[in-house]
Amino acid sequence: MQGSTRSHQAGSRQTLIQALVAIMAAGASYAWAMNITPAPVSRHVSAPEAMLVRALLDISDSKFSSAFDHIDSLITANPNFRLAQLVKGDLLLSRTRPIKSIGNASGGSAEQVAGLRDEARARLVRSQIAPSPELAPRYLLQLPESQKLALVLDSTKSTLFVFENTGKIPRYVADYYVTIGKNGMEKLREGDKKTPVGVYRVVSRLPKDKLTDFYGSGAYPISYPNEWDLMRGRDGHGIWLHGTPRDTYSRPPRASDGCIVLTNQDLETLAARLQIGSTPIVIADSIDWAKPAEVESIRSELASAIEDWRHDWESRNTDAYLRHYARKFTSNGLNITQWSAQKYQVNSAKSWIRIKVSDMSLLLYPGKEEMAVATFDQDYASSNLSHRMMKRQYWIRENSKWRIVFEGAA
Amino acid sequence: MALAGALLMVLQVQPVFAANSYEDASRLFKQGNYAGALERIETVIAANPRDARARFLKGLIYTEQNKPVEAIKVFTSLTEDYPELPEPYNNLAVLYASQGQYDKARNSLEMAIRTHPSYAIAHENLGDVYAKMASEAYDKALQLDRSNAAAQTKLAMIKDLFTGSVVPGKGGRDTTESATASATTSAGAEKPTAAKPAAGTGADTDAVLAAVNGWAQAWSSKNADAYLAYYAPDFQVPGGEARANWEATRRDRIIKPKLIQVTVGSPRVSFDATGRAVVKFRQGYKSDALNTSGAKILTLVKNNDRWQIVQERMN
Repeated sequence: MQGSTRSHQAGSRQTLIQALVAIMAAGASYAWAMNITPAPVSRHVSAPEAMLVRALLDISDSKFSSAFDHIDSLITANPNFRLAQLVKGDLLLSRTRPIKSIGNASGGSAEQVAGLRDEARARLVRSQIAPSPELAPRYLLQLPESQKLALVLDSTKSTLFVFENTGKIPRYVADYYVTIGKNGMEKLREGDKKTPVGVYRVVSRLPKDKLTDFYGSGAYPISYPNEWDLMRGRDGHGIWLHGTPRDTYSRPPRASDGCIVLTNQDLETLAARLQIGSTPIVIADSIDWAKPAEVESIRSELASAIEDWRHDWESRNTDAYLRHYARKFTSNGLNITQWSAQKYQVNSAKSWIRIKVSDMSLLLYPGKEEMAVATFDQDYASSNLSHRMMKRQYWIRENSKWRIVFEGAA
Repeated sequence: MALAGALLMVLQVQPVFAANSYEDASRLFKQGNYAGALERIETVIAANPRDARARFLKGLIYTEQNKPVEAIKVFTSLTEDYPELPEPYNNLAVLYASQGQYDKARNSLEMAIRTHPSYAIAHENLGDVYAKMASEAYDKALQLDRSNAAAQTKLAMIKDLFTGSVVPGKGGRDTTESATASATTSAGAEKPTAAKPAAGTGADTDAVLAAVNGWAQAWSSKNADAYLAYYAPDFQVPGGEARANWEATRRDRIIKPKLIQVTVGSPRVSFDATGRAVVKFRQGYKSDALNTSGAKILTLVKNNDRWQIVQERMN
């Protein structure tokens, strides 16, 4: 009798292990596809997540009592960690009957259970992230000295990376588990429950006491839709970084209406370092990591294109100046023809122009199109007018040359 | 083991009047006269404070009087004085579980099993506690509030000391019957007293198997009436639940799934001294929601030429 009870238990445990191993294998191949090479950069992962992952790894090593201890102490500290509760349920249930996968709860919707399974998978994928000192996201070409941080989101890894501006290669600071839109990436329309892909910045802060509990410890709207989104007719609004409700430690990887959701602790840590109005956030499907030399070659190419543009404007050679603009350029409702006409008129009335460009931010746009966003302080002086402004330009590669497709006040 | 032996000696050297008082208390307890039983047992304990059997009965009396705090105190002190005895741990667990303190219940049952690894009732209770804890964790995972709907887990309380640990083959839920006999005869025994299969005729074996297959067939075809007809009027309802409630639950479980397939794998039939048939087999259960299998033991009696189930256990 006991013999059969034990083998029955062993059998159920075995199936739980197999389910986990399958999930972990998926995680491993993910990491491999991401081409992240392990390297000695110490990661900063929240304690609850580290504990959860340890428990999952214990289960795959058949160390059930250790797994249970980890889960139990994790839940004691974070009773609202739903995935941990689910794993606890599985560990207990596997002692009474065979179980075939993670999440054997009766009741609750299949969608809820699937969401938690996805989170288990995402957490394991995250556990294999190993930032390399040899690689940085290709997008961060140049940050002005005033800019302390840059955020880069990788949707396939459910991860928001935080990099510190060092003046040279951005330095990895931390990474956080995030939830993105229910329907994935590449937001197009209002209400499509997708998270946009692009280059944005954190524009404001909505304090906790102005929000419902749903948003947790605060909300940080980002600049969607940006100029490029509007040019392409994309709409919708209200894409925020925000926290979680009190009763929820974290949400499944794809569960929001397009917002980027962090745990409250992570959001608070991050918020303390944000520069409201300027901290850039690059949102990518999957981060394109590059060697510093590659990043530098793109950066210098763009920087010299911008310098040529500045120089040609200053020279009042309007033909040369207009060669920096793309065919599908627009600005304030003007197309390239109207813009050119205006420039010929304005420039001809001046006896001299002097332009200073400083505080340059250069960010490569994620996605298929080769594009970059330049934001800088433009100090314009001329024989009849002086003007100082923050300018933003979108540069695209047209016939192998970098050209401006949009220009306007930042 | 040594302690159990020592205990037996203690019991044997008890003065005659104390033993009689114990029997009196036990009789009053069975009659439902808890106040009277408590009074008698206090006298016994006053005469011999280390009398484990008397203290155990005192714990049961408190339990029946719905005084869980006092009952917990009694069983706890028994586990402290006799850590080798699994029964007080089991009952402690039952009391904790009835209060929703599943962690404590689990610890107690694990202690019971640590002292007696083959203690069937504790295993079964532990399974229930695990399932209950799992369900609680799942509810938290999925934010379900079932606090109103969830009935407290009914675990099996041991009614006599020195029974569960020495009769592992005995029904998990059946703790009231045949207890007196084992309490007096098998206090020191460590070996399971295997049921002696009385010789059943080949015809009986066939009839029993036919009944078991018919039962599985009725279940598979989702015929709840036919299925329930395989249970004897004196069927021991698991957890001491009311028969009507149990039938309602079974009916629901049988009707709900779109498809059920119950299989009876490698059945072995034996007959005990009283002529009851014990069928051990591997039960396969497959529905649109679940696919499990496990060892099952059905005990059947012959009522008017029909073999009917009196006890059902999952191992």
